[in-house]
Amino acid sequence: MTSQAAPEGELDTIPRLLARNARTYGDKPAYREKEFGIWQSWTWAETEKEIRNLALGFLELDMQVGDHVAIIGRNRPALYWAMVAAQSVGAVPVPLYQDSVAEEMAYVLDHCGARFVIAEDQEQVDKVLEVSDRLPQLEQIIYYDKRGMRKYDHTRLNALRDIQAEGAAGHQRLEPILAERLKQQDYDTTCVILYTSGTTGRPKGVVLSNRNIIESSRISVEFDKLTVDDSVLAYLPMAWVGDFIFSVGQCYWTGFCVNCPESADTMQADLKEIGPTYFFAPPRFFEGLLTAVMIRMEDASPLKRKIFHYFMDHAKKVGSRLLDGKPVSLWDRLKYNIGDFVVYAPLKNQLGMSRVRIGYTAGEAIGPEIFEFYRSLGINLKQLYGQTEASVYITIQPDGEVRADTVGVPAPGVEIRIGDNGEVYYRSPGTFVEYYKNPESTASTKDPEGWVATGDAGYFEEGTGHLKIIDRAKDVGKLADGSLFAPKYVENKLKFYPNILEAVLFGADRENCVAFINIDLSAVGNWAERNNIGYSSYQELAGHPKVLDMIQGHVEEVNASLATDPMLNGCQIHRFLILHKELDPDDGEMTRTRKVRRRIIDEKYADLIQALYDGSTEVSTTTEVTYEDGRKGSISATLEIREARVFPREAKAA
Amino acid sequence: MSFDESYTTPDGRTIGGVLMEMRNITLRFGGVTAIKDISFDIRQGEIRAIIGPNGAGKTSMLNVINGFYHPQEGEIIFRGETRRRMRPYEAASQGISRTFQNVALFQGMSTLDNIMAGRTLKMHKNFFWQMLRYGPALQEEIEHRKVVEKIIDFLEIQSIRKKPVGSLPYGLQKRVELARALAAEPSLLLLDEPMAGMNVEEKEDMSRFILDVNDEFGTTIALIEHDMGVVMDLADRVVALDYGKKIADGTPQEVQSNQAVIDAYLGVAH
Repeated sequence: MTSQAAPEGELDTIPRLLARNARTYGDKPAYREKEFGIWQSWTWAETEKEIRNLALGFLELDMQVGDHVAIIGRNRPALYWAMVAAQSVGAVPVPLYQDSVAEEMAYVLDHCGARFVIAEDQEQVDKVLEVSDRLPQLEQIIYYDKRGMRKYDHTRLNALRDIQAEGAAGHQRLEPILAERLKQQDYDTTCVILYTSGTTGRPKGVVLSNRNIIESSRISVEFDKLTVDDSVLAYLPMAWVGDFIFSVGQCYWTGFCVNCPESADTMQADLKEIGPTYFFAPPRFFEGLLTAVMIRMEDASPLKRKIFHYFMDHAKKVGSRLLDGKPVSLWDRLKYNIGDFVVYAPLKNQLGMSRVRIGYTAGEAIGPEIFEFYRSLGINLKQLYGQTEASVYITIQPDGEVRADTVGVPAPGVEIRIGDNGEVYYRSPGTFVEYYKNPESTASTKDPEGWVATGDAGYFEEGTGHLKIIDRAKDVGKLADGSLFAPKYVENKLKFYPNILEAVLFGADRENCVAFINIDLSAVGNWAERNNIGYSSYQELAGHPKVLDMIQGHVEEVNASLATDPMLNGCQIHRFLILHKELDPDDGEMTRTRKVRRRIIDEKYADLIQALYDGSTEVSTTTEVTYEDGRKGSISATLEIREARVFPREAKAA
Repeated sequence: MSFDESYTTPDGRTIGGVLMEMRNITLRFGGVTAIKDISFDIRQGEIRAIIGPNGAGKTSMLNVINGFYHPQEGEIIFRGETRRRMRPYEAASQGISRTFQNVALFQGMSTLDNIMAGRTLKMHKNFFWQMLRYGPALQEEIEHRKVVEKIIDFLEIQSIRKKPVGSLPYGLQKRVELARALAAEPSLLLLDEPMAGMNVEEKEDMSRFILDVNDEFGTTIALIEHDMGVVMDLADRVVALDYGKKIADGTPQEVQSNQAVIDAYLGVAH
């Protein structure tokens, strides 16, 4: 399946793409980074020189073919260079999440057997040194930012700049070795190892070859017609496959410019200054931005507010139709253009999205209203579905076929099939080589024919060929009557309401579905304030009849929309209650990344689930809670159980 | 201790000779004696902490050092010369800058402008050129901006560069104040309770910045601090005051185990 020949002119490794870019786009910007308040930039010719010197320096440090080089830090040009320099000498870069604690780093560093660590600054060096006695293979630590490093014992420490200088000084001696190393690499050489942060168990090292990265990049670049004149903002973790594809794969394939923010906190301001043409962000970023806009509009003068809402309503009506190239009346077009001048363009400029030609979101479901908001402004926001093992791309939304509730059609070159249990399988040129030092996991994920199990359940929508992801395959079950039960799909629908923070759906092997709801204290609290509803605690607000009425409205709306879904109309919520406490990682009810732990909730709230199914109208309960300092206490409450209206199911599609 | 005797600390910094020496300082406000016959010195490159209970005379001592108060008795020897009665700006132009116990920033101005204000004494082009912001004055401003940007980078406050200081949380305002003091490129930096009102994390950050300032720029630092944990971690030497008198002087360990200091902090039956 992956028998494509290497692309023209032997562009089959990242270092060879670098050489091509330096030749063809020598004076075009390759990297920009804001430092000392000014955007500094490096052309491809300068980049090539920086990387070459660093690679020579690595040779001086005796970096061998096949060595693993861990990269720890935020997105900075020098760290990207270090990755490509390591590849140039035949080593394999292994980027790590820079916010991991030392313990987590120890596992990955030990598992991949890194001989070299390239750390951004003192903070990262400290973390590595803290666990270095457990890392017998670790030989050298190279740091980029010299600050605070003067007093350290430098027998195993070097500054990146010094390495470059040494490499440059020894270039006559080292160049032939480098040339030899570059020659040894081909399309099947390992390009990078990326560790996935598994929700269960230890992280796994996904080995991706040059073929995986370059084919994925080539295909996606052609799909979205990215060119050398595009630019991206690199702000998502370097250890994440998306960043590697966008900021390395696609960047080297097309020669576009990668911009690095000044610091993690200045991202929003830097985004505005750079105005990238190609932009990726997870759904929560778009949600947060929209909330910020709305809050600021609430504080604006009544006239401004009126204008804003007037034109936003119009944008909602015609904005995405215009973007999709569908027919729109002349009058509506004219009005949209006025709106663009008065509201949309200035707003997009504030958001840093004036120039965004293609925007992507992925990773989680995005609320349809949020998605529509950005699209109605004329921002071409699309969704894709992917994972590390696929070098990102599994499905992608083509222009003109963008929807909030699907993840698009199979990306070019990707084959997808749905397993008997509803699980999505794919194979593609981007399919990973293996999990590093983990043949069992490799075998259980990827079969001999190259099909990879995603662990997600989904189905193809009839007629359009779009893939819909419904849930993690292991959470998907059946109701007693045999219809499909996909809790996360329904919970996401509920969570799209700002008033609902969290929801847990029950119903596997039961007659019908019931739900726990957590209200969002800030949103509902704000609502309560405006409606003169007094409350003294979360518990009191959660139990207020008017709040229950409001949530019931949301639940019934969700039921109405579920009723029209031929696959999931069995998942309508018959009864629900609002929990008296927020689900909390400290109580073990959620993971640290705020994913619901269903098994624990099933056990802990068995009495509530029982009450939801036995027809009682209220239930008294006592729950143990853990405070932040580890002390335990308990809260008791009497919760009202509400019946929600359910809608007749539409005929099941054959 | 002779003037040019220097030594190296366990963590590898070089502490030089005496930079400033206080000799028998007495400061009175009318009938109240704030400082009574205190002598101590500050050496080149060290972090010197001044500790003591409330009302011990710590801030008064700092005010004496930077020329805001003039002691009735005693003399101050700075860089080997007896200092005359002087005003704070003269102290500033000699390389002494400070932060305040209660943040004293221009609340309506941006972080950047506040720090630029710290460069005032280093600006030499005349008022007229500066007003026009043209020619040599513009050149000069660019040079100063470069220095200020280095400090912004150093203290990691890029994200608040353009924000009005009044809208910032207290911990960040403290950091801006430190930045402004650093903008004067001081040889002696006086910090009046740099961690007051901060949470544990902010304290850790501030401690790191103070150590880094001392290490990277070789700035001598005298600081007043209540948090003994912080003092133990930061200071090379500590002088303890109580009721305007010096009760102990030495390494943090010595001062911490000193009975007079323990009594002063915990109180004793008189």
